Amino acid sequence: MSSPETVPPLRKDRLGGLPLRLKLTVYGVLMVLAVPFIFPTWWMITSSFKPGNTVFSYPPQLWPSDATLAGYRQAFTLQPFAQQYFNSMYIAILVTIGTLAVSSLAGYGFARIRFRGQNALFLVVLTGLLIPSEVTIVPLYRMFASWDMVDTHWPLILVPTFGAPSVLATFIMRQFFITLPGELEDAGRVDGLGRFALFWRIALPLSRPALGAVAIFTFLHSWNLYLEPIVYLSTRSKFTLPQALTQFTDAYGGPLWNVQLSAASLTVIPVLVLFVIAQRQFIEGLAHTGLKG
Amino acid sequence: MSHRTESPVGAPAPTGTTPAPPPRRGPGFWTIRRRDQLAGYLFVAPQLAGTIVFVLVPLALVFWYSLHEWNVLSGTFTFTGTDNYRALAEDPKLPGVLRATAFFSIGLVVTNLALALLLAVLLNQKLRGTVLFRTLFFSPVVVSLVAWTIVWGVLLQDNGGINGLLRTAGVHGPNWLRGDVTAMASVIAVQLVKNVGLNMVLFLAALQGVPHDLYEAARLDGAGRWRQFRSVTLPMISPTVLLTSIITVVGSLQVFAQIAVLTQGGPGTSTTVLLYYLYQQAFPFHHFGYGATISVLLFAIVLVLTVVQWQLRRKWVFHEQS
Repeated sequence: MSSPETVPPLRKDRLGGLPLRLKLTVYGVLMVLAVPFIFPTWWMITSSFKPGNTVFSYPPQLWPSDATLAGYRQAFTLQPFAQQYFNSMYIAILVTIGTLAVSSLAGYGFARIRFRGQNALFLVVLTGLLIPSEVTIVPLYRMFASWDMVDTHWPLILVPTFGAPSVLATFIMRQFFITLPGELEDAGRVDGLGRFALFWRIALPLSRPALGAVAIFTFLHSWNLYLEPIVYLSTRSKFTLPQALTQFTDAYGGPLWNVQLSAASLTVIPVLVLFVIAQRQFIEGLAHTGLKG
Repeated sequence: MSHRTESPVGAPAPTGTTPAPPPRRGPGFWTIRRRDQLAGYLFVAPQLAGTIVFVLVPLALVFWYSLHEWNVLSGTFTFTGTDNYRALAEDPKLPGVLRATAFFSIGLVVTNLALALLLAVLLNQKLRGTVLFRTLFFSPVVVSLVAWTIVWGVLLQDNGGINGLLRTAGVHGPNWLRGDVTAMASVIAVQLVKNVGLNMVLFLAALQGVPHDLYEAARLDGAGRWRQFRSVTLPMISPTVLLTSIITVVGSLQVFAQIAVLTQGGPGTSTTVLLYYLYQQAFPFHHFGYGATISVLLFAIVLVLTVVQWQLRRKWVFHEQS
């Protein structure tokens, strides 16, 4: 392919990358573009330490001049915020574990076991990709009402774990299991492993990257749900975080901005810290196994 | 990529190639093959049951409800045929809602794909610090959606941070969330910055998958950077462009929290997208029948867009192979 004459320029290009001027331009563009990505988080965290009346002061304070924890204190006194935090956390964890179980089982079943009607059943499941759960919010609400589950956490757990959101996870797991070499399982079979053991002891340990990607986006999806909680929940102590955040208001219904920002910071910082620590797994997991279709 | 859907590949053939092991375990009826069949059903059962109960039955009910007048407060549920559909067609708010939905979706998809591709190309250069920038651009994806929206809500107030910064630069900023055009632009921008990182990493993965010798060949033919991008990069990553556009379009129709927190659909109906209108009709107003009718419309739009895009994709993948 490459004749000897072309080697030097290619070499230079590979090692040195771009010419200096272009390099500086790229850095400049990246830095400008990064502003809207970083500034809101910066503003949220710094403003959460401002007294309520300085959030809107002019000139804007990029650093709180008289930092206070009042916003944080109020977040816990105005609402059962710790309880709401716990609600979001345990719901997201249950949904993540449940989705991992449901989707890895189904993904494995569709990818590696042969049974009658398999393709038809797979098509039935795939309809979940076509029908966002928002479309069916009215009948879902009526269903849960008839089961006496309105104003409980059940709808927020059951629908994501078994309904449309988990179908995407099943699809991803299936695509992953299809790529596993069959010899591994043949060897397990010779050792007398049954189906579940083949799944549990051979396929599942090999599918960590896919499981990781599914776990991350499932957790984030549950953590971010907003329409469903405001439709189903009406008792403050049962609220989830996204719903609670908008409820920090004064006696006239006007938002208490600094309290909202303190509460928002508390919901953002733990996930953000986790992300910064494990950003490679986050990003590469999502890019490589997550949505390759 | 997805043509494998039709045939279950890789499932070890239960009969044929290898002779069944002579010591058969269990009673005579439960051959390995039968056991495997049963295992297959058991493995997929939870997801299958979930899909039926939480997706298909509710979908059928949406259609059923849409044929009824349903007043929760007085407890009436009467069959009215296509009345709801007629009412929807004549709903004076509908044109505005559809316009807002179209503006939002198109605006978001175009800006999202363009920015994601730009960022991916910039980060695909061999530069120091690209991992840091990648982390920064991706970070809003993991920030809680409502928290993110609340912060932007504060920043976009008339006396908020953005106008404050503009004022120090001597510019008088508009009241972002109170003007028709600026409100829509704000909602799009908030959603764009929140999620563009996802498409960016998908594009990055695709860019890294383009074989190097194609660029070398193009360079030998005297193609400059821009020409290489147009003639090599774009065609090679077109499947990813299509995939991300499907995800982004369908995702844009599911946007709710941003609208609810930032504008409540206003001013007027200028940011009332279809899902928000559905919510307004079905929940605060308790028009379940009418809400279900709007759901049918939303479902039809999602369905048509998805089918069209999959058709396109088939064509594109075909091009890729030929």
